[in-house]
Amino acid sequence: MLTIHREICGYCGACVSVCPEGALELVDAYLTVDTGACIGCGLCTKACPLGALEVTDEE
Amino acid sequence: MKSEYDILVIGGGPGGALAAWTAAKAGLSACIIEKRPAIGAPVRCAEGIGKELLKEFMEPDPRWISADIQRARIVAPDGTSIALDEGRAGTEVGYVLDRKFFDRELVWKASEAGADVFVKTRAVAPIIEEGRVCGATVEFCGKRCDIRAKVTIAADGVESKFARWCGIDTTLPLREMMSCAQYLVTGIDIDPHSNDFYLGEEVAPQGYLWVFAKGERSANIGVGIPASKSKPGMRAKDYLDRFMKERYPDGRIIECVFGGDPVSRPLSCTVADGLMIVGDAARVVDPITGGGIGNAMITGRMAAEVAAKAIATGDTSKAALMPYDEGWRSSKMGRTLERNYRVKEYFITLSDEKMNTLARSIEGINFSEITVMALLKEIIKRNPKLLLELKHLKDSLG
Repeated sequence: MLTIHREICGYCGACVSVCPEGALELVDAYLTVDTGACIGCGLCTKACPLGALEVTDEE
Repeated sequence: MKSEYDILVIGGGPGGALAAWTAAKAGLSACIIEKRPAIGAPVRCAEGIGKELLKEFMEPDPRWISADIQRARIVAPDGTSIALDEGRAGTEVGYVLDRKFFDRELVWKASEAGADVFVKTRAVAPIIEEGRVCGATVEFCGKRCDIRAKVTIAADGVESKFARWCGIDTTLPLREMMSCAQYLVTGIDIDPHSNDFYLGEEVAPQGYLWVFAKGERSANIGVGIPASKSKPGMRAKDYLDRFMKERYPDGRIIECVFGGDPVSRPLSCTVADGLMIVGDAARVVDPITGGGIGNAMITGRMAAEVAAKAIATGDTSKAALMPYDEGWRSSKMGRTLERNYRVKEYFITLSDEKMNTLARSIEGINFSEITVMALLKEIIKRNPKLLLELKHLKDSLG
């Protein structure tokens, strides 16, 4: 699953448009992930200029 | 807020503002919704724009111009520097804007011309009826309502979610999404009239690091690298922090800016029934510089002009809106985007050594014009030994 480290996130939205599932959305200064749509592929973790996103095993 | 407009614009950046401004001036009812609580903030941009391009839309105003740029310097990995100077070339370079004020000015112009503006108002879904886009469901402070429109213009920037909800794939591959970090730094010694670009594996692999003057002793200093090259310890912010520590350890950072910049080809089609896509959302960003402000304004204006004609005839189908797509694609902007995309694809294959060789070959030349084209022509002319390799690049220039 995708973990958003909110203390790191710069709420820039760089991750949003690389998501193949359209699972990410930036609502003003708050990044949301649709956990039903996210497939844990990790592409977004590379787009983030800060390293705020992480795919972890825990459910 | 009315429940119906001729044109609904999703996003209050330069593309959206020009669309609404143009529509309102043409006598249409227009509405801009912006999901952020303020126009122009937070900034997601290095703020550079060409002088000529800007002047096509409005007279430069010191209230939203941070720096008058007269020189550009490109610094190769080994430090070889290529200088392009306005004075010597007799052409103009650009400005570094203050987007917080610039974007407000544009939206104010749209509003003054009669457009409605709603901030902290977010599109949550398109209204789609019988396969055509008829507006959007929007949310303001937890309240939802429908805004219907004859034409909806998606100007929602790099995220480009609205078009995606309408069934148009706007997903960017990692290699074509530049992952960027920038600081507004003050208290540093810089050339206040220069924009500097640093190249190389050390500073910004397959991207560049920029120092854009923002005042006498201030600059936007940032790094963009393809998301495909980004990994722990080697993200845009890491490259930026290393450069800052080496070059400007005493610089004071007064703003952090992060963001993604699309350097792909434009969307294969930027219209659908009742829908038009402009600016970064349409991926009309210069793939070499990553600059998108001017192209957003061009496409925003053109979209509204075509929409106005379509609305007048009572037909806002994809076919009726198609002249917009064809129009920008065959324009100078469209042709430059295609050419620069191919040039970028060549340049990202270059090793540091090759970049140094090319840079040294054109070092000290007085350029008569400050364009990518002029630089490339000189590179090709000065490197006959690389003829075979540069042939591909030459062909790209068309």
